[in-house]
Amino acid sequence: MSRTPIDRRTFLRRGLVGASSLALGGCQILDSATRQESTLRNVFESASGLTHRAQRALGGDQTLAREYSRADIRQSQHPNGSVWPTGEDYREMAQDGFADFALSVTGQVETPLTLSRDALLAMPARTQITRHDCVEGWSCIAEWTGVPLGHVLDRARPRPNARYAVFHCFDAIERSLSGPVYYYESIGMVDAYHPQTILAYAMNGAPLPIPNGAPLRVRVERQLGYKMAKYIHSIELVESFAHLGHGRGSYWADRGYEWYAGI
Amino acid sequence: MPPEDPPAEGNLIYRQSIWTRATHWIWAICLFFLVLTGLQIFNAYPKLEIGIESGFEYDNAVFEIGARRIDDELQGYTRLFSQEFDTTGMLGVSNGEPRAFPAAVTIPSTRSLATGRVIHFFFAWVLVGTLAIWFIASLLNGHLHDLLPRGAGFRALGRDIADHARLRFHHGRTYGALQKLSYAGVMFVLMPLMILTGLSMSPWFNAVAPWLLDLFGGRPTARTLHFLVMLLLVGFFAVHILMVLASGPLNALRSMLTGWYRIDPAPEADAASPDRKED
Repeated sequence: MSRTPIDRRTFLRRGLVGASSLALGGCQILDSATRQESTLRNVFESASGLTHRAQRALGGDQTLAREYSRADIRQSQHPNGSVWPTGEDYREMAQDGFADFALSVTGQVETPLTLSRDALLAMPARTQITRHDCVEGWSCIAEWTGVPLGHVLDRARPRPNARYAVFHCFDAIERSLSGPVYYYESIGMVDAYHPQTILAYAMNGAPLPIPNGAPLRVRVERQLGYKMAKYIHSIELVESFAHLGHGRGSYWADRGYEWYAGI
Repeated sequence: MPPEDPPAEGNLIYRQSIWTRATHWIWAICLFFLVLTGLQIFNAYPKLEIGIESGFEYDNAVFEIGARRIDDELQGYTRLFSQEFDTTGMLGVSNGEPRAFPAAVTIPSTRSLATGRVIHFFFAWVLVGTLAIWFIASLLNGHLHDLLPRGAGFRALGRDIADHARLRFHHGRTYGALQKLSYAGVMFVLMPLMILTGLSMSPWFNAVAPWLLDLFGGRPTARTLHFLVMLLLVGFFAVHILMVLASGPLNALRSMLTGWYRIDPAPEADAASPDRKED
């Protein structure tokens, strides 16, 4: 990922360029910033690298997201995005209550894995009551139970060059000429090994409902909801995500949202 | 009619340092883009709530803009607490489409949360950086001292309010009591509140500083406060522009561009001490 790390000087220089072009052109120029590869957009996006660096500097790797009490759960988790994957394979699996589901762990690992639903349920679990923050602006508190992703990755033994964990999903929000565009997300290894990063299979004490991502969704509690991919079928450890989608590391990042979504 | 610029007899003094002038205009640009991208971001979830989460199965909204279909007609509505207003054409529905704030006041004009966020955070960084530079420079060059309302300034407050009400403005070496209060309010209360409520919406920052979230009473509450402080800043901007227009726009503009400001002719008999005269 070459565009995220950026030094302060580059940020300032691009900032000056950006500010002066804005002063000259006004709002018309700004509509061009909706285009993915416009220069202006690159200027604006340089701030995202600064945000990410500030997080690493200030936040530390292990700070925990706020956990709430049972009394704070006043409603069911509000579903958003895909709520009902339509793929044939998924529908068949869902009819059997996901008994045949197996998670595969591939890519830059010494031991590629296939973990059955029972194997996942037999692994050490963590339960946490956390707040889900959607990029749209709403928040919702729910209890999540699942396997810490770190346990799963340790079993697969990541190679030293593994930098990102990519989640591949069953759901497709849109369809392109070459077929469905499947949802995918990725997080860095720091977040992958964060104690609250879990592969959740239960919510509010019951099996994870389909609208909330059954059979498996990831929780990345210090980032926004779109990072917490639902309907995961495999995890791929990669050194770079240039070969995936449009090369920006996630379905929504490919569509202009920040890859780092801690803000 | 607003009075003209003060008569030419008054002296030109160098009142605004380059730090004050440069940061002033950068903030003006920042606030413009932050407000308009902020409205774009608001449009993605056009509701303001109080609490630690959003109410989907209960109602904790204090403000909401929405659209509904009545007899095949789209109606835009705005709700403040339990009062609802028909705002079709402005809020909720504009150009025949459901949309909280209309295209004219969002950046970009089209619906794009991703772009709105990218531009918002860019200018947020510029604003914070400029505030830090201004704070250090103003601490060193004494400008910070000019802004702090002190005893004499407060005692003059009543007279200053009366003078402003009669559009009778004083042009002095230092700021008047009302000016000090409003500038200090913006710089030391509204700006920090804006930054802190903004940071409180960041899940990463919540993990770093959970106490801040508790201080504001939850993420949706922080979001509501962020919006409220925006309204106060926009209100300040409106009054600021009115006061500049009323008190002599050319003189004010010159001082914010070149630093040179023409003060009123020599103090009259009623001024207690010439060097501490409130303008």
